[in-house]
Amino acid sequence: MTLVNGGIYALLAIGFSLIFGNARVINLAHTGFFMLTAYGLWYFMRRLGLGAIPSIAIIVPAVTLLGILAYRFLINPIREHLAAVLLMTIALAMVFQELMLALFSSNYWAIPALIPGFTVILGVSVLNQHLLTLGIVVAVVIIVQLILAKTKLGIALRATAQDAEIATLMGISVPRTLMLTMGIATAIAAIAGVAVAPIWIISPAMWTPPLVMVMVVVVLGGLGSIKGAIIGAFIIALVEVSVASLMPHYSYLKVVFAILAMVIVLIVRPGGLFGIMFEEEKL
Amino acid sequence: MLRRLFKDFRFGVLPIPGRLIAIIFFVALFIAPLITHNTYYLYVFTISNILVIFAVSWDLLSGYSGQVNFGHALFFGVSAYSVGLLTKYVGLQPWATIPIGTLIATGIGVLTCIPALRLRGPYLSLLTMAYPLLLLGLVMAFKDVTGGEFGIPSIPALANTPIGKYYICLIVMTAAVLIMWKLTDAGSRYIRTGLIFHAIREDEIAARASGINTIRYKILAFVFGGFFAGLAGALYAHILGTVSIGYLSMVMSFQAIIFVVFGGIVSIYGAVIGVYTLYTLLQLLGAGGQNFIGKNQILIMSIIVIFILLFMPEGVGVWVRDKIERECPRCKLTNGAWRRNCRACGASLH
Repeated sequence: MTLVNGGIYALLAIGFSLIFGNARVINLAHTGFFMLTAYGLWYFMRRLGLGAIPSIAIIVPAVTLLGILAYRFLINPIREHLAAVLLMTIALAMVFQELMLALFSSNYWAIPALIPGFTVILGVSVLNQHLLTLGIVVAVVIIVQLILAKTKLGIALRATAQDAEIATLMGISVPRTLMLTMGIATAIAAIAGVAVAPIWIISPAMWTPPLVMVMVVVVLGGLGSIKGAIIGAFIIALVEVSVASLMPHYSYLKVVFAILAMVIVLIVRPGGLFGIMFEEEKL
Repeated sequence: MLRRLFKDFRFGVLPIPGRLIAIIFFVALFIAPLITHNTYYLYVFTISNILVIFAVSWDLLSGYSGQVNFGHALFFGVSAYSVGLLTKYVGLQPWATIPIGTLIATGIGVLTCIPALRLRGPYLSLLTMAYPLLLLGLVMAFKDVTGGEFGIPSIPALANTPIGKYYICLIVMTAAVLIMWKLTDAGSRYIRTGLIFHAIREDEIAARASGINTIRYKILAFVFGGFFAGLAGALYAHILGTVSIGYLSMVMSFQAIIFVVFGGIVSIYGAVIGVYTLYTLLQLLGAGGQNFIGKNQILIMSIIVIFILLFMPEGVGVWVRDKIERECPRCKLTNGAWRRNCRACGASLH
């Protein structure tokens, strides 16, 4: 469970961190896209009766496109105002939630496992679905690292994150890079949605608990750092699962302990574990 | 005395449309119960007045001093839960629970800002966002004390009639908004907090270099924010008669931000406009969830917010004020937009 939850938090946190590091936008609608994907997958598979692969092939690009459009038309014009961006993204997430509520009612839905059955590893039986989720997580993390390290796009992304003005001078189109960043971040969130849909229960409010956890993870690991996001995700998932298994009666305390872990890290290191402090934000 | 008041009114209020509208608005609120006895309308206005205190206190803390707090519901909820627990276990009456609840919220304000003082920008926002969720986890974990998701029922009402409740909340709201307006007035000769909050928001290093103890004023901002949000929370608990986990939810924190940013951040009147358009108007049009507007309130509110942010990023209040008022380029005096020349120095306004 630690690995699965940690992997999902890591996926969501990487996207959140990417978009914050490059565009300085705190995207609270990030898990909203994740919810949309889960709903879309459920709709295509259960209502329209499509197979798993065509459903995924439709829904992931669709949600990615939606993310890019939302960035281009809603977030980009007001990118300078921090509070306005926050409000815009939370309003966007609420619109998603209310639309899902209106379209599919507030019932809970579920999707069957993409691969049924379980495997025995070292004497512990593991659901195949969990293995698949883990595989997706590892694959995405490796692909993102490769894109960032090897391709021209990745170099442009990192240059923009470090200094947008100098990046413009070097001939990088910053607005286009930011749009692509948003696209990559949303695509990762959509893939996380695909990975999660068969495990979690699908409901219109499913975007808030992971949003809180992703915030905790990202702040713990340091905003804008991908390594921090991955390590933070596993720390938080470990805290969460150990609280749930040690004190089953007080399972609500898992959020409390996760947040306490974050507060302690922040008091010791105000920039998070691997945070990048920008020059103008230091004091 | 009376003559001086009249003179102030004639030269300080009448020529400035914004102030005139504000005074007409407050007078209208005070005489509203004489016109309508509809219990639902009075109830909606009572709740709106409490939300005004809550939203303005967020503006004071986050808009003015620049420490963007995402967990303002913490103060609201702490105060409401103190009221609930004091009523349930000690059996105190509203005149005692409201001050105690407010003081506890103020104390929590001081406590939360200790880790917050080391952080700034997005880190501070995300940390403060986590606080109410932390408390929410505690409330849910100790269900036998706090009632869990069902909350604490049967808290005594503030007054017996809806009109009594309306007037108590209206008077408290007017007093609180006036005090917060004075505290944040950068042009005041006697209270320096407004000027210093502006300085800290614009450039903290420069403020510190000018000999301002910025740490002390940042704590002071948290104290003020906690105090007024706590006041709102305690009143809200007594009006609704129950305390539940909704008081601590993320929606509650974001409600304050939505109202303020909608009306215009860093302006006290912006928060008032935000509450009275987004909450009161939608509630009145929605008629308690009967028609289409009532059923899709959150959706409509979110869509309005998106369009407002796109087309008037400064907020509705500031946008309207820029349309009806114009500052004289020579003497910086505010004039009505219909004038061609400044009313004091006669310079052309175009």
